[in-house]
Amino acid sequence: MTESDFSQAGELVCPAGTPAALRTAVDAGADSVYCGFRNATNARNFPGLNFSPDELASSVSYAHRRGAKVLLALNTYPPAGQTELWRQAAAQGVAAGVDAFIVADMGVAQHIAETHPQARLHLSVQAAASSPEAIRYYCDHFGVKRVVLPRILTIPEIRQIRTEIPCEIETFIFGNHGLMVEGRCSLTNWLTGQSTNMDGVCSPAAQVSYERDADGSMRSCLGGFTIDSFASDETAGYPTICKGRYVAPHRAEGYYAFEEPVSLNLARLLPELMDAGVHAFKIEGRQRSKSYVRQVVSSFRRAVDAIRAGEDPALADLVALTEGQKQTQGAFETKKWR
Amino acid sequence: MAVSAMMKLTLGPIAYHWPAGMRRDFYARIADEAPIDEVYLGEVICSKRAPFHDSDLPATIERLERAGKRVIVSTLAEVMLRRERKATEAIAAMETPEIEVNNAAGLWSRGQRPHRIGPFMNAYNEATIAWMAGQGATHVCLPPELPGPAIAVAAQSARTLDLGVEVQVFGRASLAVSARCYHARAHGRTRDNCLFVCEDDPDGMPLSTRDGAALLRVNGIQTQSESYVALSSELPELGAMGVTHARLMPQDVDMVKVAEIFDALRCEQATPQQAEAKLAATCKGAGFSNGFFHGVAGYRRIAHRAAGEH
Repeated sequence: MTESDFSQAGELVCPAGTPAALRTAVDAGADSVYCGFRNATNARNFPGLNFSPDELASSVSYAHRRGAKVLLALNTYPPAGQTELWRQAAAQGVAAGVDAFIVADMGVAQHIAETHPQARLHLSVQAAASSPEAIRYYCDHFGVKRVVLPRILTIPEIRQIRTEIPCEIETFIFGNHGLMVEGRCSLTNWLTGQSTNMDGVCSPAAQVSYERDADGSMRSCLGGFTIDSFASDETAGYPTICKGRYVAPHRAEGYYAFEEPVSLNLARLLPELMDAGVHAFKIEGRQRSKSYVRQVVSSFRRAVDAIRAGEDPALADLVALTEGQKQTQGAFETKKWR
Repeated sequence: MAVSAMMKLTLGPIAYHWPAGMRRDFYARIADEAPIDEVYLGEVICSKRAPFHDSDLPATIERLERAGKRVIVSTLAEVMLRRERKATEAIAAMETPEIEVNNAAGLWSRGQRPHRIGPFMNAYNEATIAWMAGQGATHVCLPPELPGPAIAVAAQSARTLDLGVEVQVFGRASLAVSARCYHARAHGRTRDNCLFVCEDDPDGMPLSTRDGAALLRVNGIQTQSESYVALSSELPELGAMGVTHARLMPQDVDMVKVAEIFDALRCEQATPQQAEAKLAATCKGAGFSNGFFHGVAGYRRIAHRAAGEH
């Protein structure tokens, strides 16, 4: 892979939780696929997900034969005394031939820049670089070639940042919509003892329980705490802390204190984002099924190709992907979101 | 003399939107009465609040320095808007006093000039700390969620590089920051028209689960723990690990008393049990936690084991 392979605007960066999902994403038209090892070195360290070094190597071959790139997420923060695991993962990634590393920790970035100077670095959303100055810091010191922007900026703000930084921009366009600044959230660790930053864990399934109360209502719990409760005729949602309902002094009825359980869908904003200089579009969902990946990736593939060809994309298809669910354009549409 | 007696007690920046008068009174008392060595000033959470107390900053610095305290000015944790970039740049340009950087934007502006690394900078490990030291960092405050064994390794490497090492030992843990203001949201507003409703909650706005368990505190864009972190029994251990500074976060309680309790602890004039009893009496209604230090759920409180107990 050469630098010019990364140069076409509108690159679709798609999730792969497993080798099978990776093949599905590549076949469905992904330009790039991102994935991680089966350990704490990436922010989706969930049971049943991710890759062994051998699986990564054969997956990279599969992707490369079809003209797709593989980006390896090493985007957690090693706790002191355990940095060796991240260094080992970097070496395994180089050996497997990945096209770029997605990093957040300065020590990890510095190590790769020094030890594997040919490797291409992308700055993970977990680094929370949300200003031109912060982004330039990582570009200047570690040679970062692309920044994944936090999901908190409006399109005019992205357009402005683009003019002030020396690297490409990747934004999330679809999937789970986290509300907290990524890489600065210890909510899961507070309730469960497992850390999002250090262990790659968010609201871990092993500590989730659903409790039915005498009146038929259901509570979804994390680490024994009620994150939300549902009447007997409602569907109980997954207890993600920042999507739960809580009680405040003047909100006795319980309310979504942080955000409603919505999904990000920027389908309608694709043309505007491309025009603003966004280089790559990221689809969230390494924990999702193959059929989900196939449907989402192929729909966005058609849309991006249409926009590139100067045609009107069939955005209705993309909007329909989240039909029946609550969806949002988050901060991208208006700063009233804040 | 106990290792912990060498530790400096610091007072972190006020996280809340305390009115200007309350701040002035608070720092006057700290200057006159508290056995605190170093004080961090400045708005770290919300750039909208800064104009309310920026003009008091020179006088506060002067007051504290006159009382023999070392003063450090901290930068914002979240830097995105033009005013946030400007505020960060302005602090990064300061010659004196020392500054503490909480966002990579501040690191970029500061360049190689000396600075401290704040708790929002994610200095989780020895490689990152070594990198930061090479870029002019003189002192590092570790993230609150770092467990004991990692603190030990981080402190060791920081000491080798001649850096100060700081750990929060008192006050609510910062658990998350966001671009959205949850105080405004709770009142049906947005951040732009918040009307500074966060001023109503000088110790944060409580959030409970729907079945009544007190869980979190909202402070504008920040989410904090409900209980106060209290590493009182752990203070000697922190000192032995090489931690040089113990940080007290300002809560809406008698912080002079809190400082006195930790001062007695570090000088071994009080046992951990005595300190805990005094903290409970000083912080009425507050729960205490030390789970992060012990590598378990942060909210938990692991009982102190006296030497020889198993």
